[in-house]
Amino acid sequence: MVPISYYIALSAILFGLGVTAFVFKRNIITIFMAIELMLNAVNLAFVAFSRALGQLQGQVFVFFVIVVAAAEAAVGLGIVILIARNRQSLNVERINLLKL
Amino acid sequence: MSAQLAVFFILAAMAVAGAVSLIVQRHPIHSALSLIVVMAALAGLYLLLEAEFIAAIQIIVYAGAIMVLFVFVIMLLNAGVEERTSLSRTAFYAGVPLAMFLLVELAYRVERASGPMAAQPSPAAATRGLAMLLFQDFAFPFEATSILILIAILGAIVLAKRDV
Repeated sequence: MVPISYYIALSAILFGLGVTAFVFKRNIITIFMAIELMLNAVNLAFVAFSRALGQLQGQVFVFFVIVVAAAEAAVGLGIVILIARNRQSLNVERINLLKL
Repeated sequence: MSAQLAVFFILAAMAVAGAVSLIVQRHPIHSALSLIVVMAALAGLYLLLEAEFIAAIQIIVYAGAIMVLFVFVIMLLNAGVEERTSLSRTAFYAGVPLAMFLLVELAYRVERASGPMAAQPSPAAATRGLAMLLFQDFAFPFEATSILILIAILGAIVLAKRDV
């Protein structure tokens, strides 16, 4: 039997790597993928706690997280296409219209 | 070492390697394929946690639908290799200590969170219980998500239209 703390540790590591990717990557699509990675890490923690407590509510939350992630990907990639069309670049350094 | 522990470590190594690869790869399509590896490994971990339904929708919705959308957009926009730009000094000097602090705090919490696993009902009963929860206790949020998806579709169409 795998202890619950192993799953939570893996979840923390994946979330940390997601944050790192979010901060260090310069391509806007890769930044979106970093967000998906963080959502996946949170899902793993939800399922692990659901298993440890013997309750299924955690899995219901994972279901809703996946639904919201799908909606977010649809809208987010629409925005990415719009940015790429208007600025001819996917580099977040170049998307500085609101920058002072 | 039990068989479950061995499977856990193999899948965990796959997931971490995929996540590191996502950061290291310079081309977005390689990052996307790395993320698919992470998602497949996580689906295996969900099976290990006896969450069969979640493992199935992880593969179908995440690795299937969402990542195909990502790969499709990368190919549509013909995204090339990422440009390398210098990182800001503030981000480096503030970010690294903060990341270390987050890691220490998470490790402290994990150390305190460890406890024994509860007994789990059989797989069929668990999936049945999940359906009961989803369509009885969480029926209203479930219906609300359908409206959320509808609005997301409309938003995506409006955003991607050529003359806005």
